Amino acid sequence: MAIIDLANPTRFLNLAHRALPWLIEITGALFVVGLYLVYGAPDDYQQGATVKIMFIHVPSAWLGMFGWLLMSIAALGTLVWRHPLADVAAKAAAPIGASFTFLCLVTGALWGRPMWGTYWVWDARLTSVLILFLMYLGVIALWRTVEDPSRAARAAAILTLVGAINLPIIKFSVDWWNTLHQPASVIRLGGPSIYPTILVPLLVMALAFTLLFVTLHVAAMGNEILRRRVRALMLMQAQSAPGSGE
Amino acid sequence: MNLGPHANFIIAAYVIAALVIIGLIVWVELDNRAQRRHLKNLHAQGVTRRSGPTP
Repeated sequence: MAIIDLANPTRFLNLAHRALPWLIEITGALFVVGLYLVYGAPDDYQQGATVKIMFIHVPSAWLGMFGWLLMSIAALGTLVWRHPLADVAAKAAAPIGASFTFLCLVTGALWGRPMWGTYWVWDARLTSVLILFLMYLGVIALWRTVEDPSRAARAAAILTLVGAINLPIIKFSVDWWNTLHQPASVIRLGGPSIYPTILVPLLVMALAFTLLFVTLHVAAMGNEILRRRVRALMLMQAQSAPGSGE
Repeated sequence: MNLGPHANFIIAAYVIAALVIIGLIVWVELDNRAQRRHLKNLHAQGVTRRSGPTP
């Protein structure tokens, strides 16, 4: 089967129906292992036990950016190939990405208060992530405002691609500007700067969160396909109703 | 497990994370049920993908 064959809504629904039980089980198992490792992870020599917030903050931050990257790739599918499954993928990813970005901001604030003495500072990293969250809300609002899904998809795709400029700004903000937020400590030249007893639980949690995102996204895409079928049938019903001019 | 002097912040972070994740799961599940219910109702009314108006 060619990859392009999967880009058929009916085939996608069948595949999702078979894959979802596996995804749910693997995600659940990874969370059990991850939380067990988090429970046993030692305190950081500087942060103390508050390092445990990092095990949810870092994966949330990664998924906030991953969600927008996914939407950007889907936006290309919408604008270049006009494929409806690309629209579906972008629309389904927005609320999930927004939720993880929100989680990143909240858990960051809860870590910042005891460590920095403040919930919030307007430094480049925090501000660019807040902008990412606001852009997510903008895209969700756009999807809800324009009734025709294909028109909404094109408008949202343009906004998404413009917003993608923010992704490298978020990633490199800690290098380009003097920020209170610490520089990269996992994905960096020279390898991670975190001790393995903290790095391993962090990576397992990151994998669990990523699979959770994928599971939710696949399920939400299935729902969006069903919503479009409902819409098409309702339009068909309205057209065939007496007095509709058909 | 001793969470130290900042236990409230750590617990709050995990509780909020759990609520957001549970919220997402509930949203996806309820949306799925709603769409399937709509489709079932339409099919019950005889509206299917092959029942469009004949030209």
